[in-house]
Amino acid sequence: MSYLQIKNLDVRLKGGGPILRRVSLDVTAGQVHGLVGESGAGKSMIGKAVLGTLPRALEITGGAIMLDGTDIGTLPPAERRKRIGATAALIPQDPLTALNPSKRIGPQITRRLVDILGWRRADAQARALELLDEVHIPDPTRVMRSYPHELSGGMRQRILIASAFAAEPKLIIADEPTTALDVTVQKQILRLIAEMQKRHGTALLFVTHDLGVVSKVCDSLSVLYAGKVVEDARMQRFFMSPIHAYSRALLAATPTYTDPKGSLMPVPDTVIDAVELEIAQHDVRAQA
Amino acid sequence: MRDARAEVRRPIGLRLWLSGGWLSLLALAAIFAPLIAPHDPLAQDLFLGRLPPFWEDGTEPGYVLGTDSLGRDVLSRILYGARLALIVALVAGTLTCLIGATLGLVAGYYRGWCDRIISRFVDIWMAFPPVLFAILLIAVLGPGLISIIIAIVVIDWTRFARVIRAEAMSQGAMDYVASAQVAGRTQFGTMLTEILPNVLPTIVALLTLEMGIAVIVEAILSFVNLSISTDSPTWGGMIAEGRTSVHQAWWVLVFPLITLFLTVLSFSQLGEGLKDRFDPVLR
Ligand SMILES: Nc1ncnc2c1ncn2[C@@H]1O[C@H](COP(=O)(O)OP(=O)(O)OP(=O)(O)O)[C@@H](O)[C@H]1O
Ligand SMILES: [Mg+2]
Repeated sequence: MSYLQIKNLDVRLKGGGPILRRVSLDVTAGQVHGLVGESGAGKSMIGKAVLGTLPRALEITGGAIMLDGTDIGTLPPAERRKRIGATAALIPQDPLTALNPSKRIGPQITRRLVDILGWRRADAQARALELLDEVHIPDPTRVMRSYPHELSGGMRQRILIASAFAAEPKLIIADEPTTALDVTVQKQILRLIAEMQKRHGTALLFVTHDLGVVSKVCDSLSVLYAGKVVEDARMQRFFMSPIHAYSRALLAATPTYTDPKGSLMPVPDTVIDAVELEIAQHDVRAQA
Repeated sequence: MRDARAEVRRPIGLRLWLSGGWLSLLALAAIFAPLIAPHDPLAQDLFLGRLPPFWEDGTEPGYVLGTDSLGRDVLSRILYGARLALIVALVAGTLTCLIGATLGLVAGYYRGWCDRIISRFVDIWMAFPPVLFAILLIAVLGPGLISIIIAIVVIDWTRFARVIRAEAMSQGAMDYVASAQVAGRTQFGTMLTEILPNVLPTIVALLTLEMGIAVIVEAILSFVNLSISTDSPTWGGMIAEGRTSVHQAWWVLVFPLITLFLTVLSFSQLGEGLKDRFDPVLR
């Protein structure tokens, strides 16, 4: 059963070029699906397209997004917002801008429960406390009354994780959830996300450009290059025998601990050229 | 983990105390002017013309800040003048803020054609020289309280629109706005509950600044004799009259001038002080 199914999604810059080209991917219940690719490949835009928060300059021009079996593109806007809010949630990249600076933490966690699921405020409050405890936040009662600027980056990311799991969504999109944190905190946060995902059985789309992280957390992955999925594989198969030239180059560019110097190689231009060429040919074929 | 800033509530600064104090005093004076003014601000008595303030020679008891060339009591006129000044400040400031901030918020948050129309409009509007614009407007509308208020609103809404648009735009790009939408908020709801609270400190600072500006504009218009009819005393009118006799009776010019200066300064300082206090990040 797949909770998220993207079929041939096209996203363009309004009056401009393509950002995503015929992107398809599947996230199955209880699985962690990695989405890797270099900066600017369009990873975040996939997440935003699913959550309905694409920047206004972009538009979806083709394809379908199925959330828990429903094609959300066919729903009227209000209905769509409700549906997305009830089935999906986001763990954002930058915990500093992901919480409203002028609101206390409490209401920012309970908002979804109250607004979308129609919980009573007191129940939502109790649930939020429980979740903060679950993400190992000391003194949750006090944290609920705090403003975001009173908390450290790691604390805020824990809060955002708690908040994402609050309504028990079927799907969580984690968009480079550890990039903005320092290295020591990154590990804890990764472990926390993996732990929460297992316990809640949530499907997780894990966006990153760190193949090392992918190998630890994910069950399957898609490699995105210039707005196009160039490889879609189960974890094991990918690391044993990557099919696509770009994937191989990406793997070769990942530092390994046994030979950090030797393995830190840039993706060669010739590979990029080959990938560009293949994508161009594919586009010609798609248009024909 | 928890920042020390949270625990230390900053005391109300001297700045807030002084500016707030002066403005409260002024508000009381305006409200109770008929009770506390020692004389009728319009009563002329040519035998009592140009009496100096109390510490100089040749004063008359009861005329603390002296009289003007027509024998009208300067203190009473300043007290009554506070009424008009504050009415203009409050009404014109609030209206300007409402119109300008609303347009700025909508343009900055919704972007697109909405933003293009409003921004073009602001650009064109700002190409007119403001004082000339005001004088022209009053010439068309005819002098009077309402005209002054309209003139101030018409000239100054662009200040709010521009600043608030920029703020709303930068807030709108933040992730918390997207999160609010994923949590089911409509665009309009997001604007009101997420963006507005974060631009509110700026709105408050601009609003009080605008009140100060309104007081100045009213004084300028009175100065060039375009304000409210001559039978209600205004600070600008007093300054204009005092100017002609500054060598014989400096106090007619200087006291309303000081009052005006302190009032405008207080408004701007109040704004800055409130902004610091209300900004959750600076607090
Ligand atoms: N608001 C916008 N207007 C126009 N183009 C945009 C906008 N936001 C993103 N893009 C374009 O979309 C493309 C994909 O951006 P995206 O943020 O998805 O990259 P990413 O893979 O998430 O990169 P990163 O690893 O840096 O987060 C980029 O080429 C970028 O130029
Ligand atoms: Mg990104």
